[in-house]
Amino acid sequence: MEQHWKSAKGLFGAVLGPPLFWLVLFFLIPMGIVWLYSFGENRGLTDIALTGTFANYLRALDPLYLMIFAKSVGIAALTTLICLIIGFPVALAITFAPPKAKTWLLLAVMLPFWTNLLIRTYALIAFLRTEGYINQSLEWVWNGLGSAVSVLGIGVLGPFEPLDLLHNNFAVVLGLVYVHLPFMVLPLYSALDRLDTSLIEASLDLGAGHLRTLLIIVAPLALPGIASGVVITFIPALGSYLTPDLLGGPDSQMIANIIERQFKRANDWPFGAALSFLLMYMTFIAIALQALMSRRPRERA
Amino acid sequence: MSKPIITFENVTKRFGRMVAVDNVSLAIDEGEFFCLLGPSGCGKTTLLRMLAGFETPTEGRILIDGQDISTTPPNRRPVNMVFQSYAVFPHMSVADNVAYGLKIDRVPGAERDRRVQEALELVQLGGLGERKPDQLSGGQRQRVALARALVKRPRVLLLDEPLSALDAKLRDQMRTELCALQETVGITFIMVTHDQDEALAMASRCAVMNRGLLQQVATPNDLYEFPGSRFVADFIGSVNLFEGVLAVDEQDEAVIRSPELPTDIYLDHGVTGAKGTTVWAALRPEKIELHKYVPGQPPPVLDDSPAGANLVRGVIRHESYLGSESTYEVEIAGGRRVKVLRSNLTRWDQEDFALGEEVWLGWHACSPAVLLN
Repeated sequence: MEQHWKSAKGLFGAVLGPPLFWLVLFFLIPMGIVWLYSFGENRGLTDIALTGTFANYLRALDPLYLMIFAKSVGIAALTTLICLIIGFPVALAITFAPPKAKTWLLLAVMLPFWTNLLIRTYALIAFLRTEGYINQSLEWVWNGLGSAVSVLGIGVLGPFEPLDLLHNNFAVVLGLVYVHLPFMVLPLYSALDRLDTSLIEASLDLGAGHLRTLLIIVAPLALPGIASGVVITFIPALGSYLTPDLLGGPDSQMIANIIERQFKRANDWPFGAALSFLLMYMTFIAIALQALMSRRPRERA
Repeated sequence: MSKPIITFENVTKRFGRMVAVDNVSLAIDEGEFFCLLGPSGCGKTTLLRMLAGFETPTEGRILIDGQDISTTPPNRRPVNMVFQSYAVFPHMSVADNVAYGLKIDRVPGAERDRRVQEALELVQLGGLGERKPDQLSGGQRQRVALARALVKRPRVLLLDEPLSALDAKLRDQMRTELCALQETVGITFIMVTHDQDEALAMASRCAVMNRGLLQQVATPNDLYEFPGSRFVADFIGSVNLFEGVLAVDEQDEAVIRSPELPTDIYLDHGVTGAKGTTVWAALRPEKIELHKYVPGQPPPVLDDSPAGANLVRGVIRHESYLGSESTYEVEIAGGRRVKVLRSNLTRWDQEDFALGEEVWLGWHACSPAVLLN
């Protein structure tokens, strides 16, 4: 039966047709239109003339926008790195947890996925702001410490200065790490879970310690998982809009915030389209790099 | 007697409420090719993994050369293991795999290269050092695993079902090679297997395990001919077990009466059990002779048994021709079927036994093994 179903062209077409139609109508055509806009000029409030100009792209090369692109890449890269550093031990711990605990731990990792991003971000704001829970806790500790110090007669601590935790780059990176950590943990976990545990045992058996086993055996074999985790984290982080918008300050604008401004406040769709496509090309480059990385071990085979 | 290289002292291992290894005491001598044999889940692999250090005993001690290593981590034990899946590092060349343990031991470069080369030649992979594991066959990968473990010159080499993943022909070849290898390097080998043929063929001594308990430790020959329990008799090879009662038990003869057998089982040696005790007579299929039954003719004469004993009539109900031998199932009075094995000594002029034919089954007075449990 299995060889025949592809030759049943009518059925094959019927199954393939609707999703293909959907994809063309709602994805490819709109994307094509936006792509065409990127070579257009604004004529009046809603009119866009497709003149085939490269002016929008040239304008995007202005140092002002290049800086924002560079900064977005920097923030996304930092986010990815932190996610990797935090996510690897987490994935490792889940891999070697007892089977029952595994399910719960994976659920715990995925739980934030099922909560609205806006709610999660505002919750973070409640945590980080000047009168937020972190500063309140710190103030409580500070005051306690202060009274202890004055009772002991060592000196005076002075009033509590709340930390600036919100509306800066720190908050943006923190928020992005928080949001994207599951994207890193899950591919890492799936790579580590597929690892034959007897390889780890063999390494220990041959005299290696745990750290050496991790660096020389586990990490290289988990490389495809690391690569896909990095890309899956980096791409959405690079295009982040809500997190820098709500948690960032005036200098933590990322490229998606600039794009939004072109489409809305500036009403410059052609320029917004050009920026969008530049962002997309960067995404393609990231995916291509990952494909190269994960293909290499297979080529050696 | 030589000093034991490995001693298990009352070792028990529990996983939660499951008892994997139950109060095992065992001594293994230097230079042995020792097999841990048993059905799956009997605790043999757990015993091996405790020796390697991947599990720690819940109770009891494990000694290597008199040193308690029960809680020593695996990377500090003078033992190395060949894993069932071989566990060859896929991202390293064959030579790097073999050199891995030596690098950790900080063996200097020149000596390391020499020892890696020696180890590879020992397992006949001399020219394949630069290959990657995925360019090797299963058998070759196993040789890499062997070389990688042996190059560290362990006191004991542990082998976890090393032949189970190989096809039949290669398995036979590797049996011989492993035994030869063990003689060459002189290292004590401890092998886990569920395959009784493998254990009998390779081991100097075997420990048979069942449900976490050590059943019997003996040479292959003794395990087969002098099994200590019904479990061992049944697990090793094929056997006909007859439950009966000791009717006579003297210094040099004994008689067992079994309700399943319309004849006495006569033995030419004593059993040292009280008269009237329930015992089991274990009779191997190849130790039973088949004779034609001819109506009116007297039964065949057995020179070592009294008339009528160790002789029973039956009907051939099933035959399997296996090439080198044939096995028969013979139904005796009362309905019990007895397995009989007969070598095909000649090509075509041998006496033939057809389905439904009546036959005599006879055996020597020394052939049945008597089991008390």
